[in-house]
Amino acid sequence: MQQSMRCEPAPNILLMPETNQNSQLPLKVSELCFSVAQKQLVSDFNLELNTQGLTAIMGPNGAGKSLLLRLLHGLLQADSGGIEWNRQSLDIKTRQAQAMVFQKPVLLRRSVAANIDFVLQHCQTTSRKSRREILEEAGLYEQHEQPARLLSGGEQQRLALARALATAPKILFLDEPTASIDPSTTRQIEHWLERIRESGVKLIMVTHDIGQARRLASDVVFMHRGRLLEHTNAKVFFDTPKSSQAQAYLSGELVV
Amino acid sequence: MQEFSSSFGLAFNLLISFDADLLEIIGLSLRVSLIAVVIAAIIGFPLGASIAVMRFPGRQVVDILLNALMGLPPVVVGLLVYMMISRAGPLGWLNILYSPTAMIIAQIILIVPIVAALTRQLIEDLHREYDEQFRSLCLPMSRVIPALIWDARYSLLTVVLAGFGRAIAEVGAVIIVGGNINHLTRMMTTSIALETSKGNLALALALGLVLLLLSLSINAAVYALRASAKHLAYA
Repeated sequence: MQQSMRCEPAPNILLMPETNQNSQLPLKVSELCFSVAQKQLVSDFNLELNTQGLTAIMGPNGAGKSLLLRLLHGLLQADSGGIEWNRQSLDIKTRQAQAMVFQKPVLLRRSVAANIDFVLQHCQTTSRKSRREILEEAGLYEQHEQPARLLSGGEQQRLALARALATAPKILFLDEPTASIDPSTTRQIEHWLERIRESGVKLIMVTHDIGQARRLASDVVFMHRGRLLEHTNAKVFFDTPKSSQAQAYLSGELVV
Repeated sequence: MQEFSSSFGLAFNLLISFDADLLEIIGLSLRVSLIAVVIAAIIGFPLGASIAVMRFPGRQVVDILLNALMGLPPVVVGLLVYMMISRAGPLGWLNILYSPTAMIIAQIILIVPIVAALTRQLIEDLHREYDEQFRSLCLPMSRVIPALIWDARYSLLTVVLAGFGRAIAEVGAVIIVGGNINHLTRMMTTSIALETSKGNLALALALGLVLLLLSLSINAAVYALRASAKHLAYA
C-alpha cells in the first residue's frame, strides 16, 4: 500500500540554470533482474545515466523497454539488483520527483480542467503553475470544460503530458507517447518535449520511431531480449551501431 | 373474474383520488427505503472500493462473505434485528422496536452487502485501468478510493438502484421489526400482505401497481442518466 505523503516542495526547475545538475541524477542500475512466471524478461541489466537531455530506450518488441521504464519508476519491483537515483534508493520521495506518460493516456472520467486539478491538489509544490498556464502550454485551454475522454487521441496525449508536468517532475518517463498519433501532432509533442528538456527535466523515453530518436535523443539505450546491448551517445549510435542487432534494427530489418 | 376486474377498477379509483391512507403508506415506504439506501451507499461504496483496491490477508474470505450476504434472507435479518432491539435485547434501551427507525436499520443490513459487493466489482475494473497512473502519481489510498468512487459515479447509480429495489420490495424484515402498525409503520409491501389476507384486494392491488410504477420509473431515470453519461464519455 502506498504511504500517505504529500509531494515535497521541489525547487523550481524552470528557474534552474541549464548547467545545473538534475538533483535526481546520476541513475545507477546494477544487476537488475525481473521475471514473470519463470520467464526472465530483464536480466543482469547494468546502466549508468548521468546525462541531461533525453535518453531514448530502443529495441525490438519484447526487448523489455517498457518493463525497464516501469522498474526505474518503481511501478514494478525487480527480483534482484539495485536502482539508485542520486545514491538514493527508489523511495516515495524519489518517486514523487518523477512522472510518467503512458502509451495509452489514462484520463479521468472528468473534464479536462478537473484532470489537471486532480494532480495539482495532490502535489502542492512551490513551483506549481496554475491550471490555466498548464493548459495553455498544452494548447488545451479552449477545451478545458470538455470531458477529457472526448478529446482526440493527440489531445488526450497532450493532456496526459500536461498532467504529468503539473507535478513538476525532475525525471519524466515517456512510454511511446506518440505511438498512435498523427505526424503533425507528433511534431507538436516533440517540440514541447524539446522545451521540457531545455527546462532541465531529464527525459527517458521508449520509442520505436528512429527518426524521432534521432531528432530528440542525446543518448540511446539499446535493448535486446531483456539485456543492454549498447548505451552510447545518440550520434555515435545512429552512425556506427556496434551490435549486429542494433545495426539490423536501424536498417529496418526484422530483429528477433 | 368479476372480482378481478372490479379490484382493478377500485385500485385505479384509489390511485386517482389520491387516497390519504394510500399516500401515507407510499410516503413512508419511500422515506424508509430512501434513507436506508443512502446510508447503505455511504457505508457500502467505501467498503466495496476498499476491498477492490487494498491487498490484505483474508481479502478473499471477506469477498466470499460479502457475496454470500447478498442473499441474506430478510426474515432472518428481521429476526436478528428484532432480538437486538426488543426490550430484552442489548439495544432494547433505544426503544425503537416497531418504529420506522427499526425498519431502516433492517433494510440497511439487507442492502449494505449488495451495495458493497457490486461496488467492489465495478471499482475493481476501473482500478485496473487507473492503477499504474495512480501509482505513478504516488497517490495515497485516501485519495485513490474517493477518486475511483467519483469516476465510477454513473455506474454506481445502478448499484444504488439495485439496493433500492431490494429495500422497497422487501417484506419479511420490516414486518417483523416494524409490526405493520397503521399510520406508523405500515409500508407498501406489509400492507399488501395484510390487505390480501383480509381479502381487501383493491388496496393491495393499488399498492402493487404503485410499486411496479415506481420501479419502472426509477429504472427509466437511471437509464437516461447513464445514457447521458455515456454521451459525455463519463461512464
